[in-house]
Amino acid sequence: MSRISAPLRRHLAAIRAMLVFTVILGIAYPLLVTGIAQLAFKNKANGSLIKNASGQIVASSLLCQQYVDKSGAALPQYFQTRPSDATNSSNSSDPGCNYSYSAGSNLGTDSATLKSTIEGRIASYAKAYNIDPTKVPEDAVTASASGMDPGISVENADDQAPAVAKARGIDMATVDQLVKDNTTGRPLGFLGEKYVNVVTLNLALDKAHPFAAAKS
Amino acid sequence: MSSNTLTEAAPAPRAPQQKPGGEPHRVGGGFLDPKMLWKSLPDALKKLDPRVMMKNPVMFVVEVGSALTTYEAITKPSVFAWVITVWLWLTVVFANLAEAVAEGRGKAQAATLRKAKTTTVARKLASWSPGNSGAESEVAGTELTLGDFVVVEAGQVIPGDGDVVEGVASVDESAITGESAPVIRESGGDRSAVTGGTKVLSDRIVVKITSKPGETFIDRMINLVEGANRQKTPNELALNVLLASLTIVFLLAVVTLQPMATWAGAAQSLVVMVSLLVALIPTTIGALLSAIGIAGMDRLVQRNVLAMSGRAVEAAGDINTLLLDKTGTITLGNRQASEFVPVAGVDKDALADAAQLSSLSDETPEGRSIVVLAKTAYGLRERHEGELAGAEFVPFTAQTRMSGVNLADGHEVRKGAGSAVMKWVRDNGGHPTEEVGSLVDAISGAGGTPLVVAEKAPGQPARTLGVIHLKDVVKEGIRERFAELRQMGIKTVMITGDNPLTAKAIAEEAGVDDFLAEATPEDKMALIKKEQEGGKLVAMTGDGTNDAPALAQADVGVAMNTGTSAAKEAGNMVDLDSNPTKLIEIVEIGKQLLITRGSLTTFSIANDVAKYFAIIPAMFSVVYPGLHVLNIMGLHSAKSAITSAIIFNALIIIGLIPLALRGVQYKPSSASALLRRNLLIYGAGGLVLPFVGIKLIDLVVQFIPGLR
Amino acid sequence: MSDTWAGLLQVAALVLLLAVSYRPLGDYMAHILTTKKHSRVEKVLYKTMGVDPEADQTWGTYLRSVFAISAVGVLLLYTLLRVQHHLMMALGMPKVNADLAYNTAASFVTNTNWQNYSGENTLGYVAQATGLAVQNFVSASVGIAVVATLIRGFTRNRTDRLGNFWVDLTRVLIRLMLPFSIVFAVILVACGSVQSLGDHMTVVHTINGDQSLYTGGTASQEVIKLLGTNGGGIFNANSAHPFENPTAFTNLIEIYLLLVIGFSLPRTFGKMVGSHKQGYTLVSVMAIIWVGSLIFSTFFETHHHGINLADGHAALEGKESRFGIPASTLFMTSTTLTSTGAVNSWHDSYSPFGGGAAMFNMMLGEIAPGGTGSGLYGILILAIVTVFIAGLMVGRTPEYLGKKIRPTEMKYAALYILTTPAVVLIFTGLAMALKGETASISSGNLGPNGSPSPHGFSEVLYAFTSMGNNNGSAFGGLSGNTHWWNTAGALAMMFGRFLPMIWVLALAGSLAKQKPVPETEGTLKTASPLFAGMLLGTILLVVGLTYFPALSLGPLAEGLH
Repeated sequence: MSRISAPLRRHLAAIRAMLVFTVILGIAYPLLVTGIAQLAFKNKANGSLIKNASGQIVASSLLCQQYVDKSGAALPQYFQTRPSDATNSSNSSDPGCNYSYSAGSNLGTDSATLKSTIEGRIASYAKAYNIDPTKVPEDAVTASASGMDPGISVENADDQAPAVAKARGIDMATVDQLVKDNTTGRPLGFLGEKYVNVVTLNLALDKAHPFAAAKS
Repeated sequence: MSSNTLTEAAPAPRAPQQKPGGEPHRVGGGFLDPKMLWKSLPDALKKLDPRVMMKNPVMFVVEVGSALTTYEAITKPSVFAWVITVWLWLTVVFANLAEAVAEGRGKAQAATLRKAKTTTVARKLASWSPGNSGAESEVAGTELTLGDFVVVEAGQVIPGDGDVVEGVASVDESAITGESAPVIRESGGDRSAVTGGTKVLSDRIVVKITSKPGETFIDRMINLVEGANRQKTPNELALNVLLASLTIVFLLAVVTLQPMATWAGAAQSLVVMVSLLVALIPTTIGALLSAIGIAGMDRLVQRNVLAMSGRAVEAAGDINTLLLDKTGTITLGNRQASEFVPVAGVDKDALADAAQLSSLSDETPEGRSIVVLAKTAYGLRERHEGELAGAEFVPFTAQTRMSGVNLADGHEVRKGAGSAVMKWVRDNGGHPTEEVGSLVDAISGAGGTPLVVAEKAPGQPARTLGVIHLKDVVKEGIRERFAELRQMGIKTVMITGDNPLTAKAIAEEAGVDDFLAEATPEDKMALIKKEQEGGKLVAMTGDGTNDAPALAQADVGVAMNTGTSAAKEAGNMVDLDSNPTKLIEIVEIGKQLLITRGSLTTFSIANDVAKYFAIIPAMFSVVYPGLHVLNIMGLHSAKSAITSAIIFNALIIIGLIPLALRGVQYKPSSASALLRRNLLIYGAGGLVLPFVGIKLIDLVVQFIPGLR
Repeated sequence: MSDTWAGLLQVAALVLLLAVSYRPLGDYMAHILTTKKHSRVEKVLYKTMGVDPEADQTWGTYLRSVFAISAVGVLLLYTLLRVQHHLMMALGMPKVNADLAYNTAASFVTNTNWQNYSGENTLGYVAQATGLAVQNFVSASVGIAVVATLIRGFTRNRTDRLGNFWVDLTRVLIRLMLPFSIVFAVILVACGSVQSLGDHMTVVHTINGDQSLYTGGTASQEVIKLLGTNGGGIFNANSAHPFENPTAFTNLIEIYLLLVIGFSLPRTFGKMVGSHKQGYTLVSVMAIIWVGSLIFSTFFETHHHGINLADGHAALEGKESRFGIPASTLFMTSTTLTSTGAVNSWHDSYSPFGGGAAMFNMMLGEIAPGGTGSGLYGILILAIVTVFIAGLMVGRTPEYLGKKIRPTEMKYAALYILTTPAVVLIFTGLAMALKGETASISSGNLGPNGSPSPHGFSEVLYAFTSMGNNNGSAFGGLSGNTHWWNTAGALAMMFGRFLPMIWVLALAGSLAKQKPVPETEGTLKTASPLFAGMLLGTILLVVGLTYFPALSLGPLAEGLH
C-alpha cells in the first residue's frame, strides 16, 4: 500500500467505497424493501391492479383511462377523466392516459395554445353536458400534471351524471350512489382534495349496469 | 489641551476634547471646507490614470464604463448619451475627489512637519564617553546615523531622534506636539528621549542618535499623515473583496442581460447598459472607502496620536481588555486629604488645627491638600509661616518618616506614618491608645493612606490627636466612562504599584473590572499574555523603558511622548499629549472607522433597490408595457429616469464626503443597540433616500430637451 | 371543513411533524458526526474500502476525497447508462445516448436530478436502482459531510484537521439515510406506492386498446429521492404520478421527507457549536422564508388572474385532482426551497408569479432549508456575509461563533455567493444568445407565430437556475435532450455543485486554524431576532438585486399586465 501514491490510493478507496455502497444501497436495499412490500402489501406494491372475472388486468385504480371513440369523442355512457397529456407523441390518435408517457401540458397560463385548447374543452363540455360555459368545472378542462390522474372533482362528476344515466338508461339515484361510493374524501379530513375516481366508478357502472349499446 | 499647530493648515476646528462623564460625547473629526474640494481637484484629476484606478476595482469599472460611453457618445451623439457620459465621468472624479480631499488634509499637516525638519547642522562628537566629550565636528543633520553622539546647546535644534546621555535641558517640542510649554529632558530615567526637530531652550545636552537617516520620528509622521505608504488594513481588504465580488455579480447580471433582452426584442444601447451597471455596483462605498481610512488616521492625528499603522487603529476598535495605569488615568496624580478622624476625647477642630499647623511648611500636594481641607471643611484660615514667629519646621525625612513644627511656645506637632508618630509619642512619655491602631487599619483597609497627628504641649506627655485620611481621588466621571466601556464589551484593568488592599478599594471606587496590584513590568507582561491566550486583544499605555516589552506585546501599545525612545519604538502608537486617558478615545476612533465603512456599505447596497425601480421599467416597458407598473416614482421618461438615477449616484458621493471624513456618529453602547441604530439610519435610510432623490432630480432633468 | 381550513391544517400538520423531528433528528445527526465510536458494520466497511477511519484529514484531503467519490460516481453511472441494455431487467430499454448519459450522470452525482429523459421509457431496473438511486444516497450524504466539516471549522481551533470524509460519508449513509429510507419506503408502499421487480404487464382495456404497464422499484427510490433532496423520479411525471405519490397523505409524507433533514440540520449545528440558540436563529430564518414563499405562491395560485376561463381559473392545469392547489403549492414551495426538484405539479403551468416564486426560491441559493447539508452551508455563508457587514456596523472586526471574518474568510464567502449567480446568468445569457438553442423553448409557450414571450424566456432562466442551484425541477416545456443542452446543463450542474464545495471546505480550513475570540458585550449577538432579521434582509436583497433584471424579462413581464 505504502508504495502507491496518495491520489491513487484515494481513488482506489473511492472505487471500492462506491462498489460497496452500490451493493448495499443499490441491490440489498431495494430487494429488502421489495421483499417486505410483496409480503405485506402485495396488491398495492404491484400497482393496485383490478382484474376482471377471467383474471385479466383491466385497470389500476391509481391510473386514469380514456373512454372515447376512435375519433376521440367522449363516450356518453362513461364518466370522462380529466384531459390527459400522457400521449405517445408519435401517435396522433393517442387519446391520453397512456401509461408509458406520463406528462402534463407544461403550457404557461399565458400560452395562446393553452387558451384555445381550454376554450375548446369548455365549449364541448358545456355542449355535451348542457352546462353554462361559465360554470364548467375547472378540473374538467385542465390537463392533470401526471396525465394519469384518475380523479375528477365532485362537481365535475355531478355535471356528467345525468348524461351517463341517460345513455345507460338508468335512474339518477343509482348513478349518484355509485359516484358517492367512488368518492375519496380528504385523508385525515384535511389533506389534499376530495375526488371521484373515474376508473373505479366506470368499472362499477359497467359491472352493475352493463351498457348494451357499447357492443353495437 | 493645547491648540494644535499640526492642523493649522487644515482649518478644521478641533472637536471638543472629551471630558470624562461630561455631556454625551462622541468621536468627531474635522469638517469639510468646500474650498478643500476645489483645491483637491487637480489631484483628483491626476488619479484618473487607469493604473491608479486599478487599485479600486469598483471605480475602475466605472471609469471603463465612462470611456465606453464616451466612445458611444462621440460616434452616435445624442443629448442623452452626452449627459450620461458627463455624469459618469463626474462619478469617477467625485470618488477621486473624496480621496484627494482626505489626503489633502494629511498633506497640509505634512507640510507643517516638514518645516520643522529644516536642514540642521549637527555638532557631532567623534567619540563620547561619560565625562569625555571628544572632538567635535559639524555635519548635516541628515547624515547622522545610529549611535552617533551630538551635542546640542540652548537655541539649537536637535538634529535627530535620540536619548540624552549627558546633561539636562528644557526642550520646546511644540513642533511635534503643539504643546507650547517646554519640557525637561535629562539623561537617565524615563525622560531621556528627544525628538529631532525640537529645540533646546536652555542648557546643554549630549544626545545619542537612535534613528537611521530618513527614519526619524518626523519622517515617520510625515509618511503617516501623507498616507504615502498607506497599506490596506485587514478589514478594508475583506470589505474590498466583498465589494469586488458584488461588482462582478452585477457586471455579470448586466452583461448577460443583453442577450436576454435582445431575444425579447428589447436590446439596449451601450449607454443604457453602462448606466445600469454603474447604478448597481456599490459605487458609493467604493468611492469613499479609502477616504474613510485616511480620515480615520487623520482623526487620530488630530488628537495628537500617531498610529504607526492603520492596522493598529483597526485593532483598537477590537480591544477586549484595557490596561490602565492608575495614576493619571483613573486617579488624579496625587493623594488628597479627605477627612480628619480624631481619637476619643479630642475635638475635631483641635485635630484639624494641629493637622494644619504641621502641614504649613509641607509643600507636597498631600500637605497642601491638608491645609485646603482644614480650610474648606473646618473653616480654618490658612496661616502663613510668617505668622508663627520662631516656629521651627521639622521637614520630612526618609529616616523619621514624619514632619511637623515646633512652635516658639514649646508646643510640638507631628504628623506622619503611624508607627513613626506613635514611636515619637512613646518617646515623649505618651501612651498611644489602641484606638489609633484601629483607625489606621480602617483607613488602610479602605484604600486610603493614614497620617497620624500627635502633639506635645510643653511639660506634658505627648498624645495622639487623630488620623488624617489621605486618599487617592478618582477622577470625576471616570466611573461612568468605565461603565460605557463595559457596555462596549471592554474589560478595564487598573495597573498600580499600590498594595492589593489599597488597589482593591480604588478599583471598586473607580468601577474598573479588575486590578493588578504591586505591578512589576513582568506582571504586566504576564497579564497581557494571559489575556491574549484567551484570544483577547489588549491595549495599554506605557512610558518607561521597562514598559517596552509589554508595549510590544500588547495589540495596541500607546507610548507616551514623554517616555523613552525604547517605549516609543515598542508601541504602535505614540500619544504626543502623553495623556493616558486617550486610550479610550483611540478605541472609539477605531470603532468609528469600522462603523463608517459598514454603514456606508449598507447604505450603498440598499440604494440599488430604488435605482432598479427607475431603470428597469425604463429599459423594458417598451416591449413589456406591464413593467411600467414598476415605475412607482412616476419618472417622466425612460431617458430622464436613467439620467436621474446616474446623477443621484454621482451626487450622493459628494454628499457623503463630509460623513466619510468625519465618520458616522458613534456613541458607546452595546452591539445590538449600535446595530439597530445604524441599520435604521443607513439601511432603511439607504432604501428610502434614493426614491426621493431620484424623483427630485427627475423633476428638473425632464425639462432638458433630448431627455423627455 | 372549508378549503381554507383544510389547507391551513395541512400546513400545520407538516410544521408539527417537522417541529417534533427537529430535536431528536438534529441531535442524532450531531451524534453521528461527532462520536468516536465505529460500529462493527462500519469497521468492516472501512476495511473493505481500504481506508483508515482514525485518519484526520486536512480540508484539501477532504475535498480531494469528495472529488474522488464524485468522479467515480459519474463514471460508474455513465457506464451503467451506456451498457444498460446488456444488464438484467433492462425492460427492453436501449442504451442511453452519450450526451444524455453524461448529463444524467452529472445530474445525479451533483444532487440535482435534472432529467432530460422520461424514466418510464428510458431506463431499466438496474440503471434506476443501482445507478441513480445509489447516487441519490451518496450525493445527499456528501452534502452533509461537507457541512459537518464547515461546522468543525467553527468548533475546532488551531488545527488543520477537519475530520475524515470516508467516516462521515459512511455514517450518514448507514446510520441515517438507509434506516430512514427502509422505514418510509414501507410506509409509502402501505399507502399505495408501488414496489416490484415485475416486467411490463398488459392492461386490457376494451375501449381504447390494451396498454403496457410497469411498476418498478418505485417506493424505495422515491424515499431517497426526497429524503436526500435529489428529486429524480422513476416516472416522467415525478411525484405527480400516482405510483410515486398515490394520495394526499403520501404527499404530506413526501414533503416531510424532503424538508426534514434540511430543517433539522440547524439543530445539529447548534449542538455541535454548543449553542442551540444559534440553531434556532438559522432555522427561524429558513422557516420565515419558507412560510412567506408558501403564502405568496398559494395566494397567486388561488387568485389566478388566468386568461383562459370565463370565471378566471386555469390554476388546475398541471395539478392533480387529489392534491388540489394548497397541497401542490406546498410541495412546490418545499421542493424549490430545498434542492429537491421533485414535482407534484408542473411549475411551467403555474401562474406567472407562482412560477416566478418557484424560480426565486431556487435563486435564494437553496437555503430554506435547502439541500441536505448544502442548505446549511449555504445559509452559513450568507450568515458570514451578514456578520461581516453587521460586525463593521458595530465597530469590531466581524466575528461569527468566535471566529474572525478576515480577508481570507471573506474571499471564500464572496466566491461562494458569486459562483451560483455566475453559473446561472452566464449559461442563461449564452442560451439566449444562441439561435439554435432557444429552439428548445416549447412552441406552445411562445407568443403568436413563435414570437418571443416572457414565459418562453422563463423556461430557459428556470432551467439554468435549477441546474446551477442543483435543484432539478423544470419548466418542463423546455426540450433539454439536445447535445448542447445536455452538455451545458451538465457543466452548469457540476460548477454549481463542486465550486461552492471548494470554497466551503477552504473556508472551514481557514476557520479551524484560527484561535477563538472570546465573546463580550461588544460582540455582535448572532443568536438574536435582530441578527435573524438582518440575515433575512441580506439574503433577499443580495438575491433580489442579482436576479431582478432577468426576472423582469420573465415572470415580472408575464405577470404584470
